[in-house]
Amino acid sequence: MFRRLVRPALAFLGLAMLAPVPAPAAEKVLKAVVHADLKILDPTWNTTYITNRYGYVVYDTLFAFNSKFEPKPQMVDKWTVSPDQLAWTFTLRSGLKFHDGAPVTAADCVASLKRWMVRDPMGQLLSARLVELTAVDAATFQMKLKEPYGLMLETLGRPGVPSFVYPEKIASGPINEQIVASIGSGPFMMKRDQWRPGSKVVYVKNPDYVPRAEPPDFMSGGKIPKLDRLEWHYIPDANTAMSALMTGEVDYYELPPMDFIALFKDNPDIGTMVVDPVGVQQLIRPNASFPPFDNFKARQALLHLASQDDYNAAVVGNPDLHMKFCGAYFMCGSDNDTNVGAILKPDLAKAKALLAEAGYKGERIVVLLPTDRPQYAATVTVMVEKLRAIGVKVDLQAADWSTISIRRAKKDPIDKGGWHLFVTGHGGADASTPVSNFWFNSNCDKANAGWACDPVLHRLTVAWANEPDRAKRHAMIPAIQTRAYESVPYVPTGQFYQPVAFRKNVTGILAAGMPVYWNIDKK
Amino acid sequence: MAGFILRRLLSTIPVMLVVAIVVFLLLHLSPGDPAAIIAGDNATDADIEAVRATLGLDKPLLTQFFLWLGALLHGDLGASVFNKIPVWELITQRLEPTLSLAAVTMVFAIAIAIPLGVIAAWKAGTWIDHLIMGIAVLSFSAPVFLIGYGLVYRFARTWRMLPVQGYTPFAEDFSEWWRHLVLPAIALGLVFAALLARMTRSTMLDVLNEDYIRTARAKGLAPPAVLIRHALSNAAVPIVTTIGLGIALLIGGVVVTESVFAIPGIGRLTIEAVTQRDYPVIQGVILIASLVYVLINLAIDVAYAFLDPRIRY
Amino acid sequence: MTTFLRRYPRVVIGGVLLTVLVLLSLFAPCIAPYDPIKLNVAHRLRPPSAEHWFGTDAYGRDVLSRTLWGGQISLTIAVCVSIASTILGTFTGLIAGYFRLMDKIVMRIMDGLMAIPGILLAVAMLSLSKASVQTVVIAITIPEIPRVVRLVRAVVLSLREQTFVEGAVTVGTRAPAIMFRHILPNALTPIVVQATYIAASAVLIEAYLGFLGVGTPPEVPSWGNIIAEGRNFIMLAIWAVLFPGLFLGTMVLAINILGDGIRDMLDPRIAKRL
Repeated sequence: MFRRLVRPALAFLGLAMLAPVPAPAAEKVLKAVVHADLKILDPTWNTTYITNRYGYVVYDTLFAFNSKFEPKPQMVDKWTVSPDQLAWTFTLRSGLKFHDGAPVTAADCVASLKRWMVRDPMGQLLSARLVELTAVDAATFQMKLKEPYGLMLETLGRPGVPSFVYPEKIASGPINEQIVASIGSGPFMMKRDQWRPGSKVVYVKNPDYVPRAEPPDFMSGGKIPKLDRLEWHYIPDANTAMSALMTGEVDYYELPPMDFIALFKDNPDIGTMVVDPVGVQQLIRPNASFPPFDNFKARQALLHLASQDDYNAAVVGNPDLHMKFCGAYFMCGSDNDTNVGAILKPDLAKAKALLAEAGYKGERIVVLLPTDRPQYAATVTVMVEKLRAIGVKVDLQAADWSTISIRRAKKDPIDKGGWHLFVTGHGGADASTPVSNFWFNSNCDKANAGWACDPVLHRLTVAWANEPDRAKRHAMIPAIQTRAYESVPYVPTGQFYQPVAFRKNVTGILAAGMPVYWNIDKK
Repeated sequence: MAGFILRRLLSTIPVMLVVAIVVFLLLHLSPGDPAAIIAGDNATDADIEAVRATLGLDKPLLTQFFLWLGALLHGDLGASVFNKIPVWELITQRLEPTLSLAAVTMVFAIAIAIPLGVIAAWKAGTWIDHLIMGIAVLSFSAPVFLIGYGLVYRFARTWRMLPVQGYTPFAEDFSEWWRHLVLPAIALGLVFAALLARMTRSTMLDVLNEDYIRTARAKGLAPPAVLIRHALSNAAVPIVTTIGLGIALLIGGVVVTESVFAIPGIGRLTIEAVTQRDYPVIQGVILIASLVYVLINLAIDVAYAFLDPRIRY
Repeated sequence: MTTFLRRYPRVVIGGVLLTVLVLLSLFAPCIAPYDPIKLNVAHRLRPPSAEHWFGTDAYGRDVLSRTLWGGQISLTIAVCVSIASTILGTFTGLIAGYFRLMDKIVMRIMDGLMAIPGILLAVAMLSLSKASVQTVVIAITIPEIPRVVRLVRAVVLSLREQTFVEGAVTVGTRAPAIMFRHILPNALTPIVVQATYIAASAVLIEAYLGFLGVGTPPEVPSWGNIIAEGRNFIMLAIWAVLFPGLFLGTMVLAINILGDGIRDMLDPRIAKRL
């Protein structure tokens, strides 16, 4: 009845007749819904994921990881290292060009690396050993070191703060001034005049891009731009984004909420794929500067609140998309994956006893609850329920993520805005080593918010970083992890996989650890 | 008349000053600031402190206020702390979608509300009146986002008649522009139409009870003629007032509607700026939105003076 | 009773609807079948069934229980906003209307507040302060105050000229006495009607703020944040949004109908022609 009346009425208004006209096939346009709004165009100065991914679209790197997390050359053609491990020489591939047509030179690389070293924690390690970094000729540059540095190529290739190459005149600006230009040598070029902050970023194919000959493997290999035009759409409402994907208004959805994945299973037009084989680790971070969590025992109590399954069920839901159990601090599936020393068993009585041993007597425990990060909020919700079950007096303080980021960084006493616990997440190659795992750092006051403090653990990680031999480094992991489960810099609450969703006419999506847009084609 | 307009214009200055002070204090007395967001999820304390210094957020509050006000008087709203794009440019980029949505909504609401209100008043007390007013109070009570999701589900997802989300500029493609606005305008317009229909009905009732209307009716003038020529023209002033007051309601609704339909307008700009603590943008947008509101109401005041010769200032 | 029903059907319909909703919310602790914040992730996103009449949400919480408890919060917010803005607005309005000197200053400030779009002001206030029921009340109240002030001031201005007020002034009655004894009682009808409309809009605005992600904290279920949490799952579990949405809409509807009814009842001039 309703349909019979409404449809002709709409037809009359001319709405139904204006069915969407398919775009002309001549130009391949991919409309992707990205997870956040691109706000900052300087991927060295700013490490938010969206800016990082922008960097990989527009810029290129010297080295890049393959799927085994081995650094492989990207812009670099050949390199040599002296027998004493103190002099490194790198030669660029020929034919590399910036988007403005200028050739990429060794001088550009030197200026970019100098800027990047200030910012990147591993770059700082390198910088501390550096004697000089100079361009030898147009295509060759050289690094001279005081002492050997075993992680040189890992450092240059790591995806956290990548060593993107900017034109020299841009890279030589001060590090505290963000780069606002967008002149890279990567597979796509940004169309600045079509950028609509808060809504849309437009890129076009870089016709001069010279991809490597090797097939693409993770972030390494040939980065061939197959699309003529790439549009990033920012649609904050997940339902709207979902509907847009289902009706074909967009082609690709970077971060569909986990629960929707099941919905796609029976949909003939839509596929899903996990592009990050390592996944995301969520964690509970205690504040080690105040009682009770200045005591190892109180931190150990947090290991016994709930099982990873409990957390994952709330965070992820779909059991196909999370690990059954992952006790590895440095990510299951990574090079440093081991369950040695892992103690993560729900045992509320034990948790209660450990807290009591740590001297907890029913004081207020401040937990920060992010209102705009549903996955973190889910972990917090499970944790708080268990804490209350063992008689902890929880003061749950809700705020948006930005406020929490500021609050957690302050070491204020509890009654002056301080905190005890919060939840965050990280993943990929960054979380996979003792040095680059940001929350693992147990260097007391120099550690990040939470100030995990364990000189023993810190010594172990420094020794790991100083070891040039990969196999020997590998053998050091069990001891590090066993110690970590005693001092508990954080509680790993589970590891899960975030798929992307796409229309089935989109092909060539790479499992590169993050959504990347080279090699993607559209039929 | 010119003196009156001038006086009213001058009176907007203290109003805008109040707005400026309120907005500034609101932001700068709050705990969060943009430095942490700029620095990224995994930034250290030192990183955040460095960013804060480059933004000038470490200066005393009063200094920050006068710096901002001084720039403002030169017409400089500042630039986004994130992408460094001038606030004015961000606003003008977002202006067209919002104005289009507001205009289409307004036209839609007026087009259905005034006839319905007039009919309800004419048939006051009958079932027609009750039906119209019942629908009005219903749509007045329904949350905009529920209507929005319902419309999307039916018209866009199930029937695929209209797009789910987004916006196409007017100049680029008129029919796409129109298709993208239909659903949001209905979702938003129902509330506004309900308000307007109620107001039209009650002012029409007042007017219909006036002696000259009774006389006109008694003389046997055809009902439509009485309604439109005599009654509606006399009810115009209060109806225009309602439209003016409704602007505030509309602005509120636009914020929610833009977020449901992913329309890149002023409302979404503000919400994003607020969650990211992008002070210059929040200040700029609220200031401009308030100015628009003040100016529209000024225009309505002036319109009175023309519409109703009894009003003299 | 029947004559009352026939004469003021809206008061009765609105009143009954509202009473039912208020009772359901008040007795939520007794009638809600489950703990509204108790998680049961094994039972997440279950459709309505005999066990969970309104289904469960993304954390496996019972939507019926949450909706009933949420009513308490939404009602509390509505009542607090309505009372706070009416009292503050009436007081300010009386002063502005009575004292010529204050009028200019107060009204400019009110114009300023009124010029800022209410939702934007509330969103800004909330996202910048700690989320709690109190802050939500404050954030909704402040934009509502100027409307009450304008209304009261207009009534005061018209009453000031009336003979009984002028009489009292000549006899030397003190200003507070004139305001509260002579002017306020006569201004009560429009204020009460306005207060009900404010309550209705407060319920809606609370929901909008929740929708925009800046409402009451997530562990306090209000209709706004139940809907806000549920909307991410609207395609999988429409019940988690639909039922609280229906309660919300019915509540606003009931208050609006009641407000119309009270207006007609207290203002016979309008009532007569219906």
